[in-house]
Amino acid sequence: MPKVTVDGIEVEVPAGATVLQACEAAGKEIPRFCYHERLSIAGNCRMCLVEVSPGPPKPQASCALPAADNQVIRTDTQMVRHAREGVMEFLLINHPLDCPICDQGGECDLQDQSVAYGKGHSRYDENKRAVTEKYMGPIVKTVMTRCIHCTRCVRFAEEVAGVESIGAIYRGENMQITSYLEQAVNSELSGNVVDLCPVGALTSKPYAFEARPWELSKTPGIDVMDAVGTNIRIDVRGRQVMRVLPRINDDVNEEWAHDKTRHHIDGLMERRLDRPWVRRDGKLQSATWAEAFEAIRAVNAGSSVAAIAGDLVDCETMFAAKTLVNALGSTMLEGRQTGLSYDVSSLSAVNFNTTIARVEEADVILLIGTNLRWEASLINTRVRKAVWRRRAKVFAIGQEVDLTYRAEWLGNDAALIAKLPKTVTDAFAKAERPMVIVGGGALAVTGAQAAAQALVKTLNLVRDDWNGFNVVHMAAARMGSLMLGYAQSGGIADITAAAPKLAFFLGADEVDFANFDKSFKVFVGHHGDKGAHAADVILPAVAWPEKAGTYVNTEGRVQVAERAAFAPGDAREDWSIFRALADVLGVNVGFDSFDACRASMIAAVPALGREGEIADYGWSLPKGGTAKPSGPIPSPVKDFYLTNAIARASATMQRCSAELLHGETFEEAAE
Amino acid sequence: MALADKDRIFTNVYGYQDWGLKAAKARGDWDKTAELMKRGQDQIIEDIKASGLRGRGGAGFPTGLKWSFMPKAPTPERPSFLVINADESEPGSCKDREIIRHDPHKLIEGALIAGFAMRARAAYIYIRGEYIREAETLFAAVQQAYDAGLLGKNAAKSGYDFDVFVHRGAGAYICGEETAMIESLEGKKGQPRLKPPFPAGAGLYGCPTTVNNVESIAVVPTILRRGATWFSSFGRENNKGTKLFQISGHVEKPCVVEEEMSISFRELIEKHCGGVRGGWDNLLAVIPGGSSVPLVPASEIIDCPMDFDGLKAVGSGLGTAAIIVMDKSTDIVRAISRISYFYKHESCGQCTPCREGTGWMWRVMERLREGKADISEIDTLYQVTKQVEGHTICALGDAAAWPIQGLIRHFRPELERRITERKGEGGAMLEAAE
Repeated sequence: MPKVTVDGIEVEVPAGATVLQACEAAGKEIPRFCYHERLSIAGNCRMCLVEVSPGPPKPQASCALPAADNQVIRTDTQMVRHAREGVMEFLLINHPLDCPICDQGGECDLQDQSVAYGKGHSRYDENKRAVTEKYMGPIVKTVMTRCIHCTRCVRFAEEVAGVESIGAIYRGENMQITSYLEQAVNSELSGNVVDLCPVGALTSKPYAFEARPWELSKTPGIDVMDAVGTNIRIDVRGRQVMRVLPRINDDVNEEWAHDKTRHHIDGLMERRLDRPWVRRDGKLQSATWAEAFEAIRAVNAGSSVAAIAGDLVDCETMFAAKTLVNALGSTMLEGRQTGLSYDVSSLSAVNFNTTIARVEEADVILLIGTNLRWEASLINTRVRKAVWRRRAKVFAIGQEVDLTYRAEWLGNDAALIAKLPKTVTDAFAKAERPMVIVGGGALAVTGAQAAAQALVKTLNLVRDDWNGFNVVHMAAARMGSLMLGYAQSGGIADITAAAPKLAFFLGADEVDFANFDKSFKVFVGHHGDKGAHAADVILPAVAWPEKAGTYVNTEGRVQVAERAAFAPGDAREDWSIFRALADVLGVNVGFDSFDACRASMIAAVPALGREGEIADYGWSLPKGGTAKPSGPIPSPVKDFYLTNAIARASATMQRCSAELLHGETFEEAAE
Repeated sequence: MALADKDRIFTNVYGYQDWGLKAAKARGDWDKTAELMKRGQDQIIEDIKASGLRGRGGAGFPTGLKWSFMPKAPTPERPSFLVINADESEPGSCKDREIIRHDPHKLIEGALIAGFAMRARAAYIYIRGEYIREAETLFAAVQQAYDAGLLGKNAAKSGYDFDVFVHRGAGAYICGEETAMIESLEGKKGQPRLKPPFPAGAGLYGCPTTVNNVESIAVVPTILRRGATWFSSFGRENNKGTKLFQISGHVEKPCVVEEEMSISFRELIEKHCGGVRGGWDNLLAVIPGGSSVPLVPASEIIDCPMDFDGLKAVGSGLGTAAIIVMDKSTDIVRAISRISYFYKHESCGQCTPCREGTGWMWRVMERLREGKADISEIDTLYQVTKQVEGHTICALGDAAAWPIQGLIRHFRPELERRITERKGEGGAMLEAAE
């Protein structure tokens, strides 16, 4: 633990800390552009210069200098001030004065730091440099004249995203940051470079010229595009969600978010269900809420009622629907729309037990039937980190895909799960932190779940302070729905076999609706997608930014989102729809407000009331069946950018899919 | 007193004899190399330390001391490497080229002995891309050495396994900086690395590495054969040995010549170059160590001893001993402006002060050359050089700043004359027309 003195303040910093970190520990602000906590150190902006003794009689880059015992660091001397002013002046001489038309304006590091550390006037009379724009794909807009060459984007692409597609070409003042051959940056994480860019060189293409940061109201939320539970900030102007940015949560998403999280939001206002619809004479016709309710009451379903939860819904919605269904005398609830029927008698056996943050500690990893990059991008980055930092060995069973790190593909035969090759078992025998990740594809294969659970014993996955058995889910609603009992032992097939007279679909669009031809289908949701097309009655509900809600991510972490916007038209909050339906159907659900609904949900499932914590499911494995898995493992995600109704309605996501996954090219309008 | 022929290390520097192995052996190269190596690694390092050899690449760091930083027991998983810097791109410098094309076996033998002394597994010779014929010679010489069993397994029957690889650069000055050279060898964009870690800790492929200049390595076998005391008998204290001087510019006979360190400038020029063009009174200024050191005006240089400390005392440096002599016909501002352009062109662009500052300095220099500036801009320019100097990752920022600082220090009246004369010719009119 080196002890250093910063401007007369003595601080003790952990071994391996840099001088910059020591200064921060002493409460001194050190300006920087290239340094970023989550990226490697480049030391090229030279903004963080400080005076260090012992050392050469010139200022040192504090971001790259290790703190050593008895160092005396000065951040307030004339030399340091001159150095900062000098670097600031150099950065500004070739930086365009286009702040008024720059999307970074108001949240620009260069603006802020030039106010704090700049000289306030310019001595540069020569012409400024201009750089041609680069093409970096449908998400990232470039104005490269503004680039200050900090290389954060280069380092992010190489280190975190795992695609070596951004780099620098030419040298000296002609140096340019570009994507190689100006191809789109083919990464699902490309949007993060926009956040990383300290200036307006890389900005968000879909958000270009849409809003100024000071116009936006900012609300903390939870992402529903996958089951990672990325912490986000929802920026709203009026009633429109303008953008989504990640919030820092080291346990979940660090400070990243994938492109679907960021940019599906332009689908929020497309294809919206903003009033009730009732099917009359085989055709959906616009109706009033009273007419819609009357149509549902007229079914006279009695207790023959079911509810199917979609992928994006929050726990309160599912609880409200469950309460209604239970009050009507039924327990037909299911959340696994596509027909999965894995054993959920122990929730710990279908949970991501290692926890997302501790994936980084793993040293041998086996992926079973999962395209982790698409199913849980931000868990994939953690695996990549384990490979990169700890040289973890990765084996994979399933369809071969590029995961951005080296994996040994064993083949796409589920039978492999039950008889792993010797190389794999040998590697696991030597492992200290062994880990198995079972994906949604594998859960669809009969017997695969039991075979995977058997690995807990054979590969010795659970030991002191470590549980290496993990299931990764893709639906934000999944763990919550399982906690609320949305699971039949035979899956959705049990419900279709019972042929309920009345079936509620809570934003469920992936169901095979042909199996429900005998049911009166009520779609409670927000987007006109497959579910709405099949419905007999549509009740317009709110989308995720328009409601508060509780979500449980794939590791069982309970997280709460706040309401950021208001729904269009006649749409109503989900809980209130079921509360009203209770009156229509003549039963009592026992709550009259959202808060009361949440309170009774927490009373029923106390874990849902502990925000931020991982629900304790205990640790047990169900008795495995005897079926031996075999055959190819299907890939559950066909198109990363179009996995749900909102994303399918989003022009940005459609373009990403067409361009990045299907190789279509788009002409840019000549500006 | 000047260096006698019997004391020359580079006996074929003018290429009067063949460069090949046979001729080299006749000149004494590869003579009982194994016996030299039998002295043991530590003894060789001690001998080099005792000889007082300082790095010939420009910085003048004691060579033996540098070798002693290498680990004493490298493992097969993390071997040590020797990288030999033959990316000779400093304007004015042309000594390594003569060594490689006329006496390559001195270098290769030196590589084996130096590599052995620092316990390196292999040496990489990074040769400047523009040196096409020189690279051909070097490739052929290395092949000759392999064919004769002087390299490879049991190199020169010493029992030591050692390989030499030749790698051609692609024409970037910055790849002559040791860490940029390592990056380039690894196949990356040639940009200097941050130090620490120093190459001796983590260099090529993350392994311990020493980077040495061609001349530093090529003199090693002779020093060991003739003894450290022989080598240290030349030159002043702390500036020992012989050195290849490269004199270019306004002398009667420009040449590359091996001389004693600390020889006076006057003696060097009189003896080997036939004097300054137009006589000593016609001398304007000298850049004594390659383009990156500040110039020295005639009055200060004439009797200055040509060594590290002597030139430091007159505000300049020995650098690579590439002496650029300029007589009074020289447009000194244009000369420095051209050097300034060179650094703008060769800046790698990685760190801010150098990337932005070199272009700025060159543009101001160009205007000063024509007098299209304000007198206050001279001070601004000086401040800009100070803002670059010492604030960059590598020394290229310093190298870009120093020539301009030298110019302003010694020739400020000339700069001011151009500005006032231009103003007198109607500069005021030009401004009014805007």
